Amino acid sequence: MDLYEHQARELFKEHGIVVPRAEVTDSPERAREIARALGGRAVVKAQVKTGGRGKAGGVRLAADPAEAEEAARHILGMDIKGHPVGTVMLAEPCDIEREFYVSYVLDRASGGFLAIASAEGGMEIEEVAARRPEAVARIPVDPATGVHTATAVRIADAAGLPPQTVDTLVRLWKVLVREDALLVEVNPLVRTAEGRIVALDGKVTLDDNARFRQSRWGETRQEADDSLEARAGAKGLNYVKLDGEVGVIGNGAGLVMSTLDVVAGCGARPANFLDIGGGASARVMADGLSVVLSDPDVRSVLVNVFGGITACDAVADGIVRALDEVRLTKPLVVRLDGNNAARGRALLDARAHPLVEQATTMDGAARRAARLATAASTAGQAG
Amino acid sequence: MAIYLTKESKVLVQGMTGAEGMKHTRRMLAAGTDVVGGVNPRKAGRTVDFDHRTVPVFGSVREGIEHTGADVTVVFVPPAFAEAAVVEAADAGIGLAVVITEGIPVHDSVALTAHARAKGTRVIGPNCPGLITPGQSNAGIIPPDITKPGRIGLVSKSGTLTYQLMYELRDVGFSTCVGIGGDPVVGTSHIDCLAAFEDDPDTELIVLIGEIGGDAEERAAAHIRAHVTKPVVAYIAGFTAPEGRTMGHAGAIVSGSSGTARAKKEALESAGVRVGSTPTETARHVLEALDALDARAGAAQDGAARDGARA
Repeated sequence: MDLYEHQARELFKEHGIVVPRAEVTDSPERAREIARALGGRAVVKAQVKTGGRGKAGGVRLAADPAEAEEAARHILGMDIKGHPVGTVMLAEPCDIEREFYVSYVLDRASGGFLAIASAEGGMEIEEVAARRPEAVARIPVDPATGVHTATAVRIADAAGLPPQTVDTLVRLWKVLVREDALLVEVNPLVRTAEGRIVALDGKVTLDDNARFRQSRWGETRQEADDSLEARAGAKGLNYVKLDGEVGVIGNGAGLVMSTLDVVAGCGARPANFLDIGGGASARVMADGLSVVLSDPDVRSVLVNVFGGITACDAVADGIVRALDEVRLTKPLVVRLDGNNAARGRALLDARAHPLVEQATTMDGAARRAARLATAASTAGQAG
Repeated sequence: MAIYLTKESKVLVQGMTGAEGMKHTRRMLAAGTDVVGGVNPRKAGRTVDFDHRTVPVFGSVREGIEHTGADVTVVFVPPAFAEAAVVEAADAGIGLAVVITEGIPVHDSVALTAHARAKGTRVIGPNCPGLITPGQSNAGIIPPDITKPGRIGLVSKSGTLTYQLMYELRDVGFSTCVGIGGDPVVGTSHIDCLAAFEDDPDTELIVLIGEIGGDAEERAAAHIRAHVTKPVVAYIAGFTAPEGRTMGHAGAIVSGSSGTARAKKEALESAGVRVGSTPTETARHVLEALDALDARAGAAQDGAARDGARA
């Protein structure tokens, strides 16, 4: 789960990292009051979970409270790379003398974390890394010892950061470990004219798997931006909305991803990713089907299940149950193989719904579902 | 032979007495796995009756090893206790720890894989279906009855795609199938398995299944180019996955320009690997590659016969 800048800022503050005074609002009028409280001048920053805000016009410097209100009015409601701006943060401006980049990121290749640091902060680090790779230090962190002062000194030295940043490097590691984060990034970390080290911006990605021991995350729940995703999430389904017309349901992340690709290869576009998981019950299948069917973009549905732990008869039972609960108006193509496949196929045959058909192979099922979806959409255009 | 797991492997199950542990221990035994014990400190000294076998429960992995000579453990314990379970097993000197548990925090996975590496324990997973050497042993949750022993080695990030390919190629059969798991941090990589299959005389061809996220497949491609002499056929899932969205597996996410299925496919193809566009096409590539191997072996045999006649 990615955090908003203001949430990352709160975590930094709790761990003793210096951040500018700031406050968040969704109202231009309130933005004026906040700017006044900050001393008149303020940086108004869109709160969105994507990079490139500055370039998109989502960050403005306001010289006085009236300008802050005007800036907030302009930024609120903007769309930045598909992310609507719901809130702005107003922060106290600071006199920047130098800008740095620091982060700890998960390094899959080594199975540990890397410290990445550069004395050339303030811009996109990927660009710096591509242009002048020697300007970016990448130091593996030993998971057994973590980052203490000695390691932090090594990181600062390697990147050409001043010694005053060492304390921040140590504290940032504590944020990573104590908050179960996969990524903590400060860009820019600045030295002010008065010589203070301040985290001007922050990005934190938390590990959803650690929710069980990070109880306060309940407060920073990720809001789904699509109502279908919210509904699916409430039912515990692993669902991602896409922009096509073939609904896809399968078991196992790899097989579902593969099914999306095969549908695309047949000239149609998948409408969603939905993994009913291992050992799925009839209830889960029925819930999944009702979510996919309620997507108005869906014109046909493909169920592709290879039963390992999942029993195909339970999947078939779920489909039959769903047919009793929702009125099926879209064609459904089902491919069942593996564990209890024969029993599953027999259950669907016995139900004999006119809109449900079975296929014997994954490729054949995808071709059929794609054809049904395109036929439906052509018919729709003709009508 | 096969890799990592054979008929001789003696298997402990950490978390055997839980619901999942019981269900899958029964299946493993039915598949011929020599399950020699369960581990549960609160139920030490008891036994559990399965269909044709009574399995003792030990208080610790160390005790299990002392009594049975176990060299493999399969871990079914919940996410909160998985790190401790693997650390315990590694400290007891187990050779192979197969971690089925899903949802382990990444910081724990980093710690447990680092600890196991330091102790010389191979970890497969976490969040994986385990591995199977058909006809010999099954450590994990891969269905054993959809294929048979044979000449293909398979390594995969995805459980269900493993099953799909095992089933498509059931008439040829497999030496060993390894599901390494779809998490960002796993103990055994594609490269580890490629190297083991290269050294395994029973494996004639290797199937590699990858998916979006990270650059493991690109690194595997470089390894294949430099070190693998056996034919490799690959399949990559996730061409249609949009950037920034996690597709089921914690590690399956395209970020920026990296981790795309296209980049992985191109890297593998440039290393001489045939990459299928669907699981079925991938299976077809495997059959063709095996035919080519057989034709070459046949020609070599004919040649040897001719040379023999001349001599």
